[in-house]
Amino acid sequence: MISIISTIKIALRALWVNKMRSALTMLGIIIGVSAVIIMLAVGTGVSRKVSSQISSIGSNLIIIMPGSTSQGGVRMGGGSQSTLTTNDADAIERECSAVAAVAPMQYGSAQVVYGNQNWSTSIQGTTPGILEVKDCGLTAGRNMNEQDIRSATKVCLLGQTVVDNLFGSIDPIGQIIRIKKIPFTVIGVLESKGQSLGGQDQDDTIIIPLSSAQTKVFGRTIPGMVRSIMVKARNADDIAAAERQVTDLLRQRHRIGPNKEDDFTVMNLTQVLNMAEQTANIFALLLGAIASVSLLVGGIGIMNIMLVSVTERTREIGIRMAVGAKTWDIRIQFIIEALTLSMTGGIIGIIIGSGGSVILSTIFEYPSVVSPLSVFLAFSFSGVVGIFFGFYPAYKASLLNPIDALRFE
Amino acid sequence: MALIETHKLSKTYDVGDEGVHALENVSVKIEKGEFVAIMGPSGSGKSTFMNIIGCLDQPTAGEYLLDDRKIGGLSRDELAVIRNQKIGFVFQGFNLLSRTSALENVELPLLYNHVPAKERKLKSIAALKMLGLEGREQHHPNQLSGGQQQRVAIARALVNQAPVLMADEPTGNLDTKTSVEIMELLVQLNRNSGTTIILVTHEPDIAAFSKRIIRFVDGHVVSDEKVKKS
Repeated sequence: MISIISTIKIALRALWVNKMRSALTMLGIIIGVSAVIIMLAVGTGVSRKVSSQISSIGSNLIIIMPGSTSQGGVRMGGGSQSTLTTNDADAIERECSAVAAVAPMQYGSAQVVYGNQNWSTSIQGTTPGILEVKDCGLTAGRNMNEQDIRSATKVCLLGQTVVDNLFGSIDPIGQIIRIKKIPFTVIGVLESKGQSLGGQDQDDTIIIPLSSAQTKVFGRTIPGMVRSIMVKARNADDIAAAERQVTDLLRQRHRIGPNKEDDFTVMNLTQVLNMAEQTANIFALLLGAIASVSLLVGGIGIMNIMLVSVTERTREIGIRMAVGAKTWDIRIQFIIEALTLSMTGGIIGIIIGSGGSVILSTIFEYPSVVSPLSVFLAFSFSGVVGIFFGFYPAYKASLLNPIDALRFE
Repeated sequence: MALIETHKLSKTYDVGDEGVHALENVSVKIEKGEFVAIMGPSGSGKSTFMNIIGCLDQPTAGEYLLDDRKIGGLSRDELAVIRNQKIGFVFQGFNLLSRTSALENVELPLLYNHVPAKERKLKSIAALKMLGLEGREQHHPNQLSGGQQQRVAIARALVNQAPVLMADEPTGNLDTKTSVEIMELLVQLNRNSGTTIILVTHEPDIAAFSKRIIRFVDGHVVSDEKVKKS
């Protein structure tokens, strides 16, 4: 066989002669390869984002909400009933073996004031367990303790956004802020968690002792009532067990008969996030289908053009055979030509696909991850397509009878 | 031993029910260094004979020895090697690759003979120079006259130092003056380098440049005589 470099030169010249035709033939491969790149970038990007959100919300998290009430046939929606109490939370912590930490929650929003600055933010009344439940550390200061809960001390932990808005560059620890005109001492600053899946700023919050929230900030309707209970399972495998234990315990405590509906709702946040990931996977799969169809169609296009090219250049093939080209010399020449088409298409596709996934990621705020593996994958796909669909035309060319090929008009 | 030797060579084409005999029992010997013209009216089988001895086509019966080697039963690739190393072709329609420079056209047989690029270029430039095409290396066939194109084709036929040059109506597309130039070139080549030349033509004027004329009619050799030089 003749040298690859000479063959590539011959192929490039042949393709250059029909620039428009070559470009159109490449289009299918370009679309296919860019779809492969975008598919993989979106797939890995979204799953990375989702898993980072899972860990920002807190892993192995279960949320218990009160059930809905109905008044005169009008159902009020989840959380409208006040059935969960601090005692429920204590019982869960005591009795459910699959549960690692519990945080009963009472929350609402309020105006907070420091000096001449003021800011409206969400106030979460809870117990020290909240930090473990949410997998959240402190960047400064200390957590609340049992003493704070028991005696409803007026202390608070600030999210980073609140610190930025009230304090600027001043160290907030030990300062006093007013929540609904009640003075609270800042004892700690929460680690930054960024945005939640819904786009909320998770750092725009203040945590205070549950007892203080119930008695001083939000007032109380039913003594000991909480709006939700957050529970952390011991590990991922225990989530289902924890859910079951919590449900059984609460049904028992709320004296719900065997055929009655729960007066509370247990939600598993990991499930919700997994669903988001599944949606992303379906999207990626869809792009994958487009990519494979497009690569297939592109490949058929290459085969078609190569067949035309073989017919057009029958005389050239005859000349080459007459001066000594062997079967594989001719075959390799046309395969290289098909490969050049598909690989050039592949490279252009990789460029467009990378650009496209960067644009997509800025629009949808997903991290853009064009991995070297996906580039390699797309490149080898286009190569395989070139060889596969280039082989038959090349085979056909190599079997021409030299004398017939030379006489071809 | 003869360079080219055929024994009862026959070629039959199947057309409808009856076979058409393009060649029948042709036995010819051509020695090294000869300059043979093959003549005959169209359809006489002269081109078929040429294609068979040029290893471009296969006989249906008979035996053919080229340089003492039996050609019958060789594979496509073995035939390709023989064409590459033993035979140089010159065609009526030149058969140069279009959009390819004269130099690259001449390099073609060397390319398929795995000659390194540098050597390929040097040899091709030398061959073009020998045929008076110095400075035309980068011209494409459509930038050359018919006579120049045929010289490029001859350079291509010679560049691999093949012992036989086969020319099928080499002057068919050329005017009289250029035809004479090309024929004189072939005569010179035969005389100076000892290249065996086999020429197919139907023009007596062209055949007259050769040393021996074999005439074909209806697939048979009807005469085989030396040319008397006046």
